[in-house]
Amino acid sequence: MIALNLRTIPARLSSSAVAIIGIAGVVVVFVSVLSIAAGFSAAMTGSGSPNRALVMRSGADSEMTSGLDGAEVDIIKQAPGVRHDGPAPLASAELYVIIDLPKKSTPDAAANVPMRGIEPAGMPLREEVSLVEGRMFQFGTNEVIVGRGAQGQFMHLNVGETIVSGQNRWQVVGVFEADGAVAETEIWCDARVLQGAYRRGNSYQSVLARLESTESLDMFRDWLTSNPQLNVMIRRENEYYAGQSQALTRLIRTIGFGIAGLMGIGAIFGAILTMYTAVASRAREIATLRALGFNTISILVSILGESLVLGGIGGLIGGLGAYLAFNGYQTSTMNFQTFSQVAFAFRVTPLLLAMGLIYALVMGLIGGLFPAIRAVRLPIPIALREL
Amino acid sequence: MKFLPLIWKNVWRRKFRTTFTLLSIFIAFLLFGILMTIRTAFSLGVDIAGLDRLVLINKVSLIIPLPVSYQGRLQQVPGVDLATHQTWFGGVYQDPSNFFANMAVEPERFLKIYPEFTLPPEQSKAWLADRQGAIVGRDLADRFGWKIGDRIPLTGTIWQAKQGSAWEFNVSGIYDGADGIDKTQFFFRYDYLDENRARGQGLVGWYVVRIADTSRSVELSRAFDEMFANSSAETKTTTEKGFVESFAKQIGDIGAIMIAISSTVLFMFGLVAASTMAQSVRERTSELAVLKTLGFTGIAILTLVLAESLFIVLFGGLLGLGVAWLFVQRGDPTGGMLAIFVLPPRDIAIGVVLMVLMGLFAGVMPAMAAMRLQITDALRRV
Repeated sequence: MIALNLRTIPARLSSSAVAIIGIAGVVVVFVSVLSIAAGFSAAMTGSGSPNRALVMRSGADSEMTSGLDGAEVDIIKQAPGVRHDGPAPLASAELYVIIDLPKKSTPDAAANVPMRGIEPAGMPLREEVSLVEGRMFQFGTNEVIVGRGAQGQFMHLNVGETIVSGQNRWQVVGVFEADGAVAETEIWCDARVLQGAYRRGNSYQSVLARLESTESLDMFRDWLTSNPQLNVMIRRENEYYAGQSQALTRLIRTIGFGIAGLMGIGAIFGAILTMYTAVASRAREIATLRALGFNTISILVSILGESLVLGGIGGLIGGLGAYLAFNGYQTSTMNFQTFSQVAFAFRVTPLLLAMGLIYALVMGLIGGLFPAIRAVRLPIPIALREL
Repeated sequence: MKFLPLIWKNVWRRKFRTTFTLLSIFIAFLLFGILMTIRTAFSLGVDIAGLDRLVLINKVSLIIPLPVSYQGRLQQVPGVDLATHQTWFGGVYQDPSNFFANMAVEPERFLKIYPEFTLPPEQSKAWLADRQGAIVGRDLADRFGWKIGDRIPLTGTIWQAKQGSAWEFNVSGIYDGADGIDKTQFFFRYDYLDENRARGQGLVGWYVVRIADTSRSVELSRAFDEMFANSSAETKTTTEKGFVESFAKQIGDIGAIMIAISSTVLFMFGLVAASTMAQSVRERTSELAVLKTLGFTGIAILTLVLAESLFIVLFGGLLGLGVAWLFVQRGDPTGGMLAIFVLPPRDIAIGVVLMVLMGLFAGVMPAMAAMRLQITDALRRV
């Protein structure tokens, strides 16, 4: 029975196509909008390691607004729970500023690109960071290395180029990767040089410390917070970044689900129309089948089956379209917590594709339900008489 | 006009089908309205930014402060009407998730340079009299239930108070403004900030300068930047519009994405309407032939069919836009993340034009077919 129905789909090609396109359109929008949220949140939550602790001034909501002076930094580095490399603690006091650079996609407008000053321990401390081009900058000079994401999104960041920012000149000598983390949108240089360039005296904004183990955080935190000379707060690095992604991810998800939900209702109406047309044009045929003794259930199942297939095809086309068009699409946006740019790629995950397909099937099912009920409730003699 | 009843009858010939077509169109334009609202929100009100106001920021980055002494020098430049400064405070009210913009400003100059913020005279007098006074936007006041005279503590993230951790403010006034004006901000007095902050005395965030003649904005921008060139804090001057635009661009291509989605939606539902129309005309082939036999001209038939499709699209579409407008009137559903939440009249007009186009698009093929119908052929068909 379903087979009969499916074989007649080509005969009703144009109206079936409308339903398929409608459902596919919804799935494309649904999957692609949510893939933005998935990409952004992956970039943020994949940043940072549970093995590292970030120390900022208490009350600061991000590195941007934090401030620590040289004396405080020295105390923090002596805290227990920090891993040592020989006698030196694996801790880096850092500065975090933003500089204006033009975005490649909008060359006439400046974007806030984050620039981080690190100490020598800053590199071995971050195991995931590796240079992929050029060399490491020399401490004490105005050389910088740039993240892969920043290099892709902003102008003047190729090895050998010079970044002009106010009266400062920065020489790009290398490009690094960091497993797609937020750090890849940053420019790194010597913290002391950056202090001079920005007239920060001997002050920093944060200290990043490699912990002995993930469990050492409590010891580290207790020691620091009980020290009367300090007024700091301590966050696990990965939790700090995950927290920053929440607001934007939630906003995109709300918009995505809202739009896709409304569009879905529209597509269901479209599917109902298609199936209704299909049923109406075959009213006599269906009535004949019923007269021949096919029972109500099998007719119902056959119509629902057809609309489920339409939904499934729409879902597959939509999912595939979204995947081909958007997966890996590189872009960057503003992280409002730090006012700085974050480069990320859209991610069409298997989960999103599955959700899209399920959504398409649900749309198909609901779309077929009303016409199916109508078809089986129409009295046979009336239906047979219909045109 | 006398054919209206005929059109009306034709529209409702298949109630079920017409109802669902109407609902599809309704949803399409409801979505259109909401998407355009989101787009406007993400463009941060660039349409209403003043062209006669220039913004000076530190050349290195917006976050690097400028000295307060620039104000006097800016004010003396011929062609400058008024120069004032603002400083981002970044204070947190109770919890970081309660985000809203809070800034230190010079009250008197601030109110003069931003006439679009309306504040009753007695409230502005109160603000000028109270060093700890602050004015808050209508939407912000509604969000937290603040009233005039309330004491509001903010925790400083950038600026630490000399004593204690919280900064205390008194609500002196609640400002209002037309649609599209950001009414979610919190402004307090710079003199209070400067006197009470532990460090950073004499630093301000950026300058806003009103110029007498908008045609001189390029020339004056250059003059300002040259004035501070080679100093410790060089500046970059843009029009306020340019400033907001470049800020909006940083968020990314939200506008482009919204337009892409709207086009998909409208195309999709346009197709639904077109296929429904085509079918409804096909069904009536013999009937149209009868009309022709009765003496209806081809043009009359064309008009009849087009009027029918236009009616469906306009009826559903206007209802959809209307509901979108009502939804937007209720205010931002995300609790402060979309500060400017309005459906601009321009987008409403675009929506209506799109409806007419969609109606024509849906009706034109079947209408042409109906017009060209040969009576004899049509009557022979069943």
